[in-house]
Amino acid sequence: MSDIKFTVNVDEYLSLNKYEVDESNAHIELVEDPSDEEFDKLILVCPAALYKRDEDGKKSFDYAGCLECGTCRFACGDTIIKKWENPQPTMGVEYRFG
Amino acid sequence: MADFDAIVVGSGCAGSVAAYEIAKAGKSVLVVERGNFAGAKNMTGGRIYGHCLRAVFPDNFDEIPFERKVSHERISLMSPNSNFTIDFASEDLLKDGQESYTVLRAPFDQWLAEQAENAGAEYICGIAVEKLIKDENGKVIGIFAGEDEITADVVVLCDGANSLLVEQAVGAKRPPASQMAVGVKEVFELPEEEIDKRFQCAPGEGTAWLFAGDATHGSFGGGIIYTNKDSISVGIVAGVEATAKGNVPVYQMLEDFKNRPEIAPVLKGAKLVEHSGHLVPEGGITTMPELTADGVMVAGDNATMCVNLGYTVRGMDYAVASGQMAGQAAVKALDAGDTSKAGLKCYVDALEDSFVMKDMRQFKNVPNFMEHFDRMFCGYPEMIRDMMNTMFVVDGSPVQPMKKSMMPIVKGAGFMNLFKDVKGAMKAL
Repeated sequence: MSDIKFTVNVDEYLSLNKYEVDESNAHIELVEDPSDEEFDKLILVCPAALYKRDEDGKKSFDYAGCLECGTCRFACGDTIIKKWENPQPTMGVEYRFG
Repeated sequence: MADFDAIVVGSGCAGSVAAYEIAKAGKSVLVVERGNFAGAKNMTGGRIYGHCLRAVFPDNFDEIPFERKVSHERISLMSPNSNFTIDFASEDLLKDGQESYTVLRAPFDQWLAEQAENAGAEYICGIAVEKLIKDENGKVIGIFAGEDEITADVVVLCDGANSLLVEQAVGAKRPPASQMAVGVKEVFELPEEEIDKRFQCAPGEGTAWLFAGDATHGSFGGGIIYTNKDSISVGIVAGVEATAKGNVPVYQMLEDFKNRPEIAPVLKGAKLVEHSGHLVPEGGITTMPELTADGVMVAGDNATMCVNLGYTVRGMDYAVASGQMAGQAAVKALDAGDTSKAGLKCYVDALEDSFVMKDMRQFKNVPNFMEHFDRMFCGYPEMIRDMMNTMFVVDGSPVQPMKKSMMPIVKGAGFMNLFKDVKGAMKAL
């Protein structure tokens, strides 16, 4: 984690997107206690910056801003991504431009 | 008796066109699209080549909601503190049948879906297909969508780069991360005339612009800019594995790219309206799954029908063409009363006989070549910078003969490396 460098706040950009967030069902789930090494891959490749670590290295993941690209599934589908499904009917991101 | 003659999963370039062909032939076809409308879950850089759409929609091609016709092809080699650009404009880029257009998928995919619907296809939107139904012999005979089980004599899977169904259908594991790229893109609104001015384009015409080098901070991938009608698409496409091994997140690459002194003025005053992400299945034929099994065909991105040549990226024209061939093959197989793998062989034959598989075979070494073409992303942009500086920087000191000033720069990159890379590129491309 120590050497991953970023300054941009992607959440601000995501707030411009249109979403129907399914509060009751996470369509992506991680294994319990994912390894640092695998988790850091997701910090690097997720275009929505949903995978985060704070200053103390504590990991967090929020599926709410998911762009449903599946990059995390390809990067870590055999390691720390336990579940990757499409969101429930009519839920998730809705591109207006694409 | 099945509920439908055919079911198409996904309403992107391949799916809508497949459904259009099937419906046009008078067969009953259901399209199941997971977005609330076609295009709602889709994204491209991006540009599509017109030839494939002319083949499907010869009569109403002019109604397609393209953004701009690409009149300028730009390629840049970007070092941390320089940018070398080739800008190519040509009448030949604009001629019917060889022209290309920028598109935004939300409006574009909706138009394609409308053509399928007008031809008689039925649509269910807003539901993702989770599973395929198979009979006791393993033949695909339908789909599970939400609460429903729906059957058909043939199923065409066009569910995109992140397909959850291809493995179930034809037993192919998803491609490795090394063969996939992640695209992150932002759309910036800007008045139409302002875009004409900033890109020196005639009204209705625009630019496709690819960047190698510092756009990805030297790792495998590149930057993209495409002009839409009244917006600009700016993005990064980066190898998933290469990015995961680096230390700059893909969204930070995009942020830094936008802030480059060469790019920032292009976006000045433009309003960010969307931030999107999508996978690019760059593996081509090296990662292509079986294209048929009993009762099922796969077409488009889910079959990794895509090539990234560095100077152009193609996927949508392969998707349209493969969707057309899959649709026509479905009709043929339905008429013959045989939708087994043997009955669907006409799809594979048609693909093999077309530019789709011919291109895939031609470019079979490209993914491996590009992935290991490190110097294109870090090395050559710097070499070009130094050569250009030699020519353009004038500080009053006596000028050296070109040979004397250029040679050390080329030597720095290595004659053998250069020779090897040119040879490698010639061979792969």
